[in-house]
Amino acid sequence: MPQTEFTPSIDSRPTYAALVPQGSAPALMVADAAGAAALADLASADAAVMDRAHVLLVGAPAAAADRIAALGPVSVHPAPDAEAALPLLAQLLSTARMGTQLYLAGGEGLIGQVAAQALAAGMAAGAIQAEHRGPVARRMQCVHCKGFTEEVETDPFTCAHCGLTLFVRDHFSRRLGAFQGVCVDAEAPGEIPETREIRP
Amino acid sequence: MTRPLLKVAAIETLSPLVKRFRFEDPEGAPLPVFSGGAHVTVEMADGDVLRRNSYSLISDPNDGSGYEIAVRREDRGRGGSRYLHEAVAEGDLLAVSPPANLFALDLRARRHVLIAGGIGITPFLSQLRQLDRAGQPWELHYAVRSRAEAAGLALLPESAHVHLHVSEEGSRMDIGAILDGQPLGTHVYACGPEGLIAAVADQAARLGWPAAAVHSEAFAAPPPGEAFEVVLAASGRSVAVGPRQSLLEALEAAGAEIDSSCRGGACGRCETAVTACEGRILHHDHWLSEAERAAQTRIMPCMSRFKGARLELDL
Ligand code: FES
Repeated sequence: MPQTEFTPSIDSRPTYAALVPQGSAPALMVADAAGAAALADLASADAAVMDRAHVLLVGAPAAAADRIAALGPVSVHPAPDAEAALPLLAQLLSTARMGTQLYLAGGEGLIGQVAAQALAAGMAAGAIQAEHRGPVARRMQCVHCKGFTEEVETDPFTCAHCGLTLFVRDHFSRRLGAFQGVCVDAEAPGEIPETREIRP
Repeated sequence: MTRPLLKVAAIETLSPLVKRFRFEDPEGAPLPVFSGGAHVTVEMADGDVLRRNSYSLISDPNDGSGYEIAVRREDRGRGGSRYLHEAVAEGDLLAVSPPANLFALDLRARRHVLIAGGIGITPFLSQLRQLDRAGQPWELHYAVRSRAEAAGLALLPESAHVHLHVSEEGSRMDIGAILDGQPLGTHVYACGPEGLIAAVADQAARLGWPAAAVHSEAFAAPPPGEAFEVVLAASGRSVAVGPRQSLLEALEAAGAEIDSSCRGGACGRCETAVTACEGRILHHDHWLSEAERAAQTRIMPCMSRFKGARLELDL
């Protein structure tokens, strides 16, 4: 799947370009099923990126893990989902040193959560790169109940926690790794705009 | 800027070349507290020249009972440090600006590596107290030529995190080794001669540190030089700059409205447009880019001088 083209939006809405290899610097790489292809593209641009890389694959099929392992990273850690992957990531971050590059590839929910955790672990924003691959679903936080709804594909959508109908905003919290969802019919209850698929 | 008169409360010799000065309010009123790495500008009436030099504060940032600075005597300088060393006595009153900080700690960092060369130790003395109070981990590397010159040693806390590197004794500082393997979230701060700052920046870049984690403050004093003249465009007035006077000092003495803070070519405050230049600007600052220098259309009067027929400034 090719990389995603983003619709122009507010400056704070993160957009993601293609990953750029940073030579053989120590690296952490995190990708989901769609993102694994971006890691393969990265390695074909410069095979040295894998020399000191630890790769964390989230919800990727075994074949994808084999393909990445064949590129020669130091280690490959498969995890079934983000919840299982985050403790592994915490462990990799705790032993990482300054100069470590973080390469992220896949959906926005994964990118947002991993980047937030890396920043919290002290990684500088300048050491983090992300490339969007796969569906444009977003990880949303309801500004009313603060609950997170994963894989949101429509605007508006229903908060999985409090049931309000929420408008998908482009305001993104780097700390939470999520976009904001705001009640769409607060002024005129019941007046809900037509549901559309969200755009990148 | 108001520059209140402060009393020289104590002078102490720290090394053959370095003295510590303590300033207090003459009435004993508390002074504004500051943040680690801040500096003050001290005004000295040296004969008929009014000198202003900026010095890092070395006392506790939370202690408003006084401000302390450490001054290295630069015999080849313009004379400000020599004046402080020779002409100033305890009890004298000097105009001292409120503190300003161009070298603040990044408190989002999880660990701070401080690298000082020679008298570049000064800003770290106040920063260490701030870091200790905030409970933030740090390590300090202090490179000196000889133990006798290590004036800062007496002012440093007893700590296993203080590393002294004495080149005369063969223990040279290995910046690559210091930076290699630092945990995520480490920031490095360098203060001292330009060579040291460049070496820290080079090694950090080589190890893949993001630029946002690398901080520095160059320790520069305006160099003396040949006398020259400068013309103020607005009035057509000509101002003479003496050999041991900076262009900024000469402009201030002539009553020109000009902003300044670091007085060492680092903060950019004094940047001034050049409206005519027949000759060569001797750029000594760390502010302008190579292209701006070559164009000779901007000048940093706190550091830079001029050689040639005519220099006219937008003042
Ligand atoms: S006063 Fe700071 S650059 Fe001149």
